[in-house]
Amino acid sequence: MSADSAVAGDPVAEPDTRLAVVLRGITKRYPGVIANQNVNISVRRGHVHAIVGENGAGKSTLMKTLYGMHKPDEGDIEIDGAPVHFSSPSDAIKAGIGMVHQHFMLADNLTVLENIVLGAEPTHGGGVLDRRAARRKITEISDAYGLGIKPDVLVERLGVGDRQRVEICKVLYRGAKILILDEPTAVLVPQEVDELFGNLRDLKAEGLTVLFISHKLDEVLAVADEITVIRRGTTVATVDPKQTTARKLAELMVGSELPVPELRESTVTDVVQLDVSGLTVADIDGRKLLDDVRFRIRKGEIVGIGGVEGNGQAELVEAILGLRAAVAGQLRLGEQDITHWSTRKRREAGIAYIPEDRHRQGLLLEAPLWENRILGHQTEKPNARGPLIDIGAAKRDTQRIVDAYDVRTPGIDVTAASLSGGNQQKLIVGREMSGNPVVLIASHPTRGVDVGAQAAIWDHLRAARAGGLAVLLISADLDELIGMSDTLRVILRGKLVAEMDPKTVTPAELGAAMTGATASVEDGGAA
Amino acid sequence: MKDRVNRLLLGLLAAVVALAFSAGVTSIVLEITDHNPIDTFQQMWDFATKADQIAVIINQATTYYLSAIAVAIGFRMNLFNIGVDGQYQLAAIVAAAFGGEVGLPMGLHQIAIIVVAMLVGSMWAGLVGVLKATRGVSEVISTIMMNAVATAIIAYLIKPGHLGHLHGENLTTEPIGHSGQVGGLDLVPDAHVKIYGLVFLAVAVGIGFQLLISRTRFGFDLRATGRSASAAQASGVNIKKMIIVAMLLSGAVAGLVNMPVLLGEAHNYSLSTPSGIGFTGIAIALLGRNNPLGIVFASLLWAFLDTSSNILQLSDIPQSVVLITEGVVVLSAVVAYELVRRYGLRLQQRRVGRELAAPEAGAEALGVSA
Repeated sequence: MSADSAVAGDPVAEPDTRLAVVLRGITKRYPGVIANQNVNISVRRGHVHAIVGENGAGKSTLMKTLYGMHKPDEGDIEIDGAPVHFSSPSDAIKAGIGMVHQHFMLADNLTVLENIVLGAEPTHGGGVLDRRAARRKITEISDAYGLGIKPDVLVERLGVGDRQRVEICKVLYRGAKILILDEPTAVLVPQEVDELFGNLRDLKAEGLTVLFISHKLDEVLAVADEITVIRRGTTVATVDPKQTTARKLAELMVGSELPVPELRESTVTDVVQLDVSGLTVADIDGRKLLDDVRFRIRKGEIVGIGGVEGNGQAELVEAILGLRAAVAGQLRLGEQDITHWSTRKRREAGIAYIPEDRHRQGLLLEAPLWENRILGHQTEKPNARGPLIDIGAAKRDTQRIVDAYDVRTPGIDVTAASLSGGNQQKLIVGREMSGNPVVLIASHPTRGVDVGAQAAIWDHLRAARAGGLAVLLISADLDELIGMSDTLRVILRGKLVAEMDPKTVTPAELGAAMTGATASVEDGGAA
Repeated sequence: MKDRVNRLLLGLLAAVVALAFSAGVTSIVLEITDHNPIDTFQQMWDFATKADQIAVIINQATTYYLSAIAVAIGFRMNLFNIGVDGQYQLAAIVAAAFGGEVGLPMGLHQIAIIVVAMLVGSMWAGLVGVLKATRGVSEVISTIMMNAVATAIIAYLIKPGHLGHLHGENLTTEPIGHSGQVGGLDLVPDAHVKIYGLVFLAVAVGIGFQLLISRTRFGFDLRATGRSASAAQASGVNIKKMIIVAMLLSGAVAGLVNMPVLLGEAHNYSLSTPSGIGFTGIAIALLGRNNPLGIVFASLLWAFLDTSSNILQLSDIPQSVVLITEGVVVLSAVVAYELVRRYGLRLQQRRVGRELAAPEAGAEALGVSA
């Protein structure tokens, strides 16, 4: 913790460095977990203040608190030196806070102007939209901050970067002086990121304050004036980007007590369990999301796929599971050609799946744990007996999983929603390891889980690998990827572009390959 | 276990609160229009508890029950089958005409009529399922449109020379002969009105629905799809197939709606065959929380309100005051159920959190110090 320098400037300072936002002792508890605990952040006016932390560290929870989407259990918020209590986002908007969400909230079939004024329309009186007044104000904002807004274009015709600028303009239109940007670069290509950073500098120059949420350290270092690190729900340090490095930030983010992902002796056999050849997936417009992907996983082998999110990982997983149709290519499971099999048949044949988004694909949140045990294994023993569900056997087996995988729960009749993320994930891992799987698709298996669960999940992966399981591991955590893989491939724009030796590769090298810095075979950022 | 009891009690409480609330609103309306609410309710209760009226209520509820189950099958997987109305009416006219035209031995005749009704209902609903599965057409829109189409087809079919015959002012299909009828039962003591024999069909449908939903793999897939389509799909459920099958099932049950009346009392389809029961079914399914037992009580309540309102004419109280009661009870029940659902979930989350807090905190401390 060497970078634990000066926990954000002293509150009593000269007027031009007055604090725009002060969060003091913020604690927010969710059932079973503490999402934020004693968070302290001071943001200076006219600064870009970055908040970094791992997925699930509590960044979004904190921003929701600041934006009035829920009330903190403890702690105070001050805006421009005055204490505030928000009971809804509209209170926060009145106090000059605006939020640009990660997923844009725009109506495609309306024009930019209509989207911006929606909900805050200037009228002639009698409810008639005053387009002239709206256009004047939007043009002023656009010119002042260099947003380049074209008010009369339909939103559906805009690209991602333009949409983001419309979102920014929308919050400025409502009088925001403090902007919260939640993972704004997640959906942008590199040039768009540069443009966004240019916009942020303009905003800053005009005296606006920006809170920038991210887990991409290089970007944070490039744009922020000050960086606060959140780990496991609490602020651990506030640092000056000029005096720190990405490596130091990463250490602060993950802490030192993190278990080490590593594999011991090789268990890789000669038997190919999953053979993917020439797999090609296209979207409706015919754009290739996966292009001629080929790789093999042998029994007892973990193949890691590294890549910046959105480069085809999700499509790869869905194509292997049969959730998404391939336009070309072949899939073989052991000796069988499974290319045209249904998802159910593939799962019955022993393809286990730990999904990236467990709430969307892995669980029925409002169903009891034992029903979640059945999910994905509806047709298999012990859950089914002929066309019937064997409730008794399913419940007994759920109890076995709860015991064997250390799922912390008072019983198997509680809903999945009442467990913490780590325990939900352990239940999923236990379920997927049951019934003798031959291939495991593990998509971000430790995302958003606590350290203890992470270590346990790695143990289970290692044990399954030793038992001859073929594992496809997809992860955004480079250390996990390098430490837990026998073979490492890099995916970029839907193609497998590089193969690396996990024994020798460094996270920096892997990261470079992921962004295409070393693998320059491609058509270069034409996106 | 404790959670389940808690949730059941909460659910009951919500229903009672909704009922009390709607009674309150109705009272206010009565008060405003210069009628005595207590007196009005008393009259309704006294009338509806007469032996004959009890039998009428049970018969009415039988029809409502089938309609509500048809709707509930769709609801369980987030499909809004607004088209039960068209499905049952089309099924009724075709089945009635079929039953009137063919001569089959007793037993076989009734079964054949019922099967025809289920096939017609299921075909009409299945079209909607196919449209949704293949073309992504919202079933809300298409079922409503199919209702209109069904009405037009029925108007065509009932014409003399097609399936209809003119009897005085009324157009009817050929009456079903004795071999195709289902006799009534004297289940209510002292009543002159008989209970439809097919009340047992409704009971069987209810039990079958419950078994299908809770005990079969198919039912599990159906519920999983309703709770989370994405999770169900990842678990191997073919969503498109599920949509079509669920609509077929829902339509088949919808086809049964008019059967108790057709085989037990009317013996033909005519211009006076009741319409609109498909929409009543939606309200009852909502009130009964898509649960076969809940729907029993909801249909009985509905039938009670409908029947007892007949007495109000005698005291010059507008019968439509009951519509207010019915409307408010559904609206407030839906709101109350949602509140209870959220509250129950939070209650459980908090309890789980509390029960785990002590050991978890210990483990966490260990982890940090390690």
